[in-house]
Amino acid sequence: MNTRQQSKLIYSWYGKPLGSDRKLRTSHYKGILITSESSKTETCIQLGDFILVEGVNADQPYVAQLVDLYEDGAQHKHAVVQWFCRLEEIPQNQRKMLKRDISAQEVFFDQVLGYDTDIAAETIIKSIMVIPLHLGEELPVITLNKEQTFYVKQSWDGKCFKVLSPDTFSKLKEANKTRGVITNSSKASIPSDIFTPVKKKTESVVRSATKPKKIDMEIESKHSSSKSSLSKERHSQRMANNDIKTPTARKKLELNSPTRSKGRLLGYEVLGLLDDDCDATAPLEQSATKRKVKFTNDILGSPPKIPCSDDKSKSTTQSAEHHQSDIMRLSPYTKVNDFSDEDKNLQEKDDVPSLGGYQSSQSPVVTPRSRRRCVQKTSALIAEQISMLDQEDFLSDSDSSYSLSSEEKEDDDDDDVPCTPEKKTKSNRILSTPKSSRKSAVHTPAKTLRKTPLKGTPRTPRNATPEIPRRIQATQEPASVLEEARLRLHVSAIPESLPCREEEFQDIYNFVESKLIDGTGGCMYISGVPGTGKTATVHEVIRCLQQAAENDELPPFQFVEINGMKLTDPHQAYVQILEVLKIRGHSFFSLIFLSLSLQLDLLWTQKQNVMYNLFDWPTQRHSKLIILAIANTMDLPERIMMNRVASRLGLTRMSFQPYTYKQLQQIVSSRLKGVKAFEEDAVQLVSRKVAALSGDARRCLDICRRATEICEFARQKRAPEMVRMAHVTEAIDEMFSSPYVNAIRNASLHEQIFLKAILAEFRRAGVEEATVQQIYHHHVALCRMEGLQSPTVSETMAICSRLGACRLLLVEASSKYLHMRVRLNLSQDDVMYALREE
Amino acid sequence: MKPSAMSKRKLKESSAESAESISQLLVKTTMHLARNYFWVQKILRERFCHHFCAAGKLFGMEQQYRHLLELLRRTTVHGESNSALVIGPRGSGKTALLNHVLKDLREMTQVRENLLEVHLNGLLQTNDKVALKEITRQLQLENVVGDKVFGSFAENLAFLLEALRKGNRTSSCPILFVLDEFDLFVHHKNQSLLYNLFDISQSAQTPVTVIGLTCRQDILELLEKRVKSRFSHRQIYLMNSFDFKQYIKIFKNQLSLPAEFPDEPFAQKWNNNVQHLSEDKAVQDVLQKLFHHSKDLRSLHLLLMLAVSAVTVHHPLLTAADLQEASRQHSTDSKANIVHGLSVLEICLIIAMKHLNEVYDGEPFNFQMVYNEFQKFIQRKAHSMYNFEKPVVMKAFEHLLQLELVQPLERPSARAQREFLLLKLLLDSSQIMEALQLYPNCPTDVKQWAASSLSWL
Repeated sequence: MNTRQQSKLIYSWYGKPLGSDRKLRTSHYKGILITSESSKTETCIQLGDFILVEGVNADQPYVAQLVDLYEDGAQHKHAVVQWFCRLEEIPQNQRKMLKRDISAQEVFFDQVLGYDTDIAAETIIKSIMVIPLHLGEELPVITLNKEQTFYVKQSWDGKCFKVLSPDTFSKLKEANKTRGVITNSSKASIPSDIFTPVKKKTESVVRSATKPKKIDMEIESKHSSSKSSLSKERHSQRMANNDIKTPTARKKLELNSPTRSKGRLLGYEVLGLLDDDCDATAPLEQSATKRKVKFTNDILGSPPKIPCSDDKSKSTTQSAEHHQSDIMRLSPYTKVNDFSDEDKNLQEKDDVPSLGGYQSSQSPVVTPRSRRRCVQKTSALIAEQISMLDQEDFLSDSDSSYSLSSEEKEDDDDDDVPCTPEKKTKSNRILSTPKSSRKSAVHTPAKTLRKTPLKGTPRTPRNATPEIPRRIQATQEPASVLEEARLRLHVSAIPESLPCREEEFQDIYNFVESKLIDGTGGCMYISGVPGTGKTATVHEVIRCLQQAAENDELPPFQFVEINGMKLTDPHQAYVQILEVLKIRGHSFFSLIFLSLSLQLDLLWTQKQNVMYNLFDWPTQRHSKLIILAIANTMDLPERIMMNRVASRLGLTRMSFQPYTYKQLQQIVSSRLKGVKAFEEDAVQLVSRKVAALSGDARRCLDICRRATEICEFARQKRAPEMVRMAHVTEAIDEMFSSPYVNAIRNASLHEQIFLKAILAEFRRAGVEEATVQQIYHHHVALCRMEGLQSPTVSETMAICSRLGACRLLLVEASSKYLHMRVRLNLSQDDVMYALREE
Repeated sequence: MKPSAMSKRKLKESSAESAESISQLLVKTTMHLARNYFWVQKILRERFCHHFCAAGKLFGMEQQYRHLLELLRRTTVHGESNSALVIGPRGSGKTALLNHVLKDLREMTQVRENLLEVHLNGLLQTNDKVALKEITRQLQLENVVGDKVFGSFAENLAFLLEALRKGNRTSSCPILFVLDEFDLFVHHKNQSLLYNLFDISQSAQTPVTVIGLTCRQDILELLEKRVKSRFSHRQIYLMNSFDFKQYIKIFKNQLSLPAEFPDEPFAQKWNNNVQHLSEDKAVQDVLQKLFHHSKDLRSLHLLLMLAVSAVTVHHPLLTAADLQEASRQHSTDSKANIVHGLSVLEICLIIAMKHLNEVYDGEPFNFQMVYNEFQKFIQRKAHSMYNFEKPVVMKAFEHLLQLELVQPLERPSARAQREFLLLKLLLDSSQIMEALQLYPNCPTDVKQWAASSLSWL
């Protein structure tokens, strides 16, 4: 029941810009006004407030603290936030480090570097409460509105949990105190400001006790909306909204730092309600009373009432009025409980509160008409603004960013479309750094570096943004331990760190870092057999460097990835580099660093001009290009490169050794941390086997994954099963056993005799090649010995071509018929072994 | 006109009614038989011809079926990327297996509409450019670019990779790539299509499963090392690993009519007959012979097709003789068959070549040598043979060349004299002797000459 889905929100600045940066063309603000078009209400969120930010799904908005607000040159509204992460955002296996139960209300002070803290202001949903607590402290008992208050006890930096430092603790506390949300009714169009009503503890107790009832009533009233259905519907929407807003105030009270006036908020809600009702139904006397029912209901549930009409006096009269209203409220309140049960009695009962305590709400009731005109005016104004904003956004988007469609959506409405900024994606795949990304986040509206498609590769015609259709049914979550293990063992699952490659990581990092700091260019050549983590390590390095650059520890740089295998032609490498420079270059004036990682041997051309040009670039005088070249062979520069290319490549080399069995074992077990699916020995067996063959980590993971499948096949009826040696052995056999022997054993009788005949002919001639005619004679002879009918030449030819198709034999083109030469594709010993076994 | 009119009159005169009813009955039964015949032919022929479609049954590959089904199910349900190769000799049921799995998969509720399929064939998509276009078309991504024809190959690749990169495991619709004749994709330049497909399947992008079908056992050795590292090394082998008993069972199964056959008594009769056939010694011999030659079901289907073709309205049930005849047809030697239709002169030339082969141990020969050999025979031995002139012999020789019983070693060039063109005989001596045995009205002296190259001495 998020109102955002039903109403359009308009974001505008609160107050004048505090300061502006001419160079970056940004201007900073102290608050932002969120105006809901349908309800004509405004909420002001100021710096230091805690907010909810739209997340991947509507139910799980992200929690953050507003740190800065500014508008960039393209008139996009941006907000800089400090993130808090929920438990769900922390990887499953890391959660265990907490060693305590975490309530849904608890969030963690997010210190994970690399989340984009710069978001589009339009993604802010509303303000909430975040209360810092000491580690030992119990969560205060909350009975209602759990969604709106969060507690923070610990911080999370991507690797481990820490207790909040006293510094941050006090800061958070401070933020709660100074925080204020300004709301006013747009109808009254009176600027509102912050006031801090002093409330008594008793009050808050009373309120917390009474609140649940209010919710109940709201729900009931939603159900009982049989009559003026339209107005009621709106009402219930509003109620839901109300619902969301109120609890924050209450919690602040508990902290004895009441900063926001509850009643104020409610007052405006009431007004908004009234307006809606006025729009929907004619302001007849009867309907007016009904209306009163609704908002009294509202007000009863929400303690302090503040007259919204007299804004000037309110800050002074506030506290006094609170007392009054509380006292007045208490008596009718009990009656309201049965209010929704009987529709007929409504009016009678409502008379009590409306007459008794209700000066404040009178004024809106009396003058609905005049208000409405104002509303119309303001809404027209707002609409104008929106359209302008949209246009501007559109224009600026079209030249700067790829994903037009998603941007547009974001701007013109606030539905939780999946393309709204996602924070989640990042936490899922830390390693998959976007192809090229840039340090400055001026254009990235979301917390993540927006996954703009393939910045490194050439654009497709007409800015097309192809997309694979979304799946219709949701993916199932892994149900058993084995499935969970299998998911983690998939090569694509990205581990938090790269075990066993720390040294190489450090070397590459240091190399690039030093070059970046010096502002010079350079080359590094990285070699290693496939599956030893070269690309993963380089990506990890780049990710760390980008983070460092974002923190201004390093000069900013750009990253281009060129993969020789993904190019159709070596010369396309230029296109990719140009593309990045073109997109990024115009808005960003700074040092331009490029690092290339490439599958080097495929950029090989006859004249080697592509490689020459690339490697020549860093040696130019003012170039600031760093190249990380990746290839498989260690001696590639010596072997295939011309001297002039090889000499430019330089001497900085690094080779990734194949993983040893211990390292492989560590890799597997680090991925399986917390999941008890494998026997220790089984992992070791796989590691040893793979290390002996290739040292390819991908192979190792694949075998483990296959072993879980075999285990799953083998186990009986849901019995929890571990992957044992037998399963692993089977998987290894499946992957590494030579298929030939099996193929021969399953061949038909004459095919086997034909192979025997080949062996006989080879032995006779002493040459490992024979014509079909020669073999045919042996074949016939063998058949006579075995007492079989000898095949015709045609049949023999068929047998020969069948074996040839399987590549057990290597055969010539069949047009030569009998004179076709035949060779074995496997050793004679293998054939003999396969045939003799039976 | 007249006789029919007369017979009509006659019929009218005699007991017209009974005759009419008899003829009606006759027509009815023939119609009935004809209908049965039609259905038998239709059902069985369809079964034998479309053996790879999902309607048929699978034999001896339950484990592979489960493995593949489970693999694809996980792809669709959990969004897990995978790659696998289905390897087996030709006719071992790779496509049938895949079709079965896909059919059953589509029937699952969790899967319906949740899987995109891309079918590529190495014989059709001969290079990466064509393959990319085909993928784009099958994924229906081309309308993103409007009606515009794609730009360059590079743009195409970038476009597709971008599309696939944008997805992720949990939200994107999984894609199944089926690469038929997988071995032919290996020969594409740099194997970049395979690299990219496997790379996607090993990274956190749109979930894809790549299934390759191939008959080559050495397929892994053909993959480039980077491609090989990214391939998950799942290999599903189909081996035709059934024995003769199961083979007989398959034979019965393939030949029997289904329960939903329109004429049930007939189907009963037919199936009983098939049961008898499978126990018949002669039939078992036929099948045993075929089984020894090749175990794939495609050759069995071929044999049965020949046999079923013999079934007519008047010969409604299959007999052992039909199968034997079919087997004979199936196993005839194609080259030896041609020899039966040759003239005596041509036969003589072939025998001369056979002798030359024996004397020179398979060395190539030319026309002049053959002619000389033939002349020797005519002069010393022949009684019944007429001495043909050289041009006539040359003509006969060229006919043999056209029939490809003889093959020149190199392409005939304009300058070389045809008499001295080096040639090889494409027949084995045993084939020649066999053909001569069957040759009608072969002169005795020719036969004797064929038996011994030294007989003229």
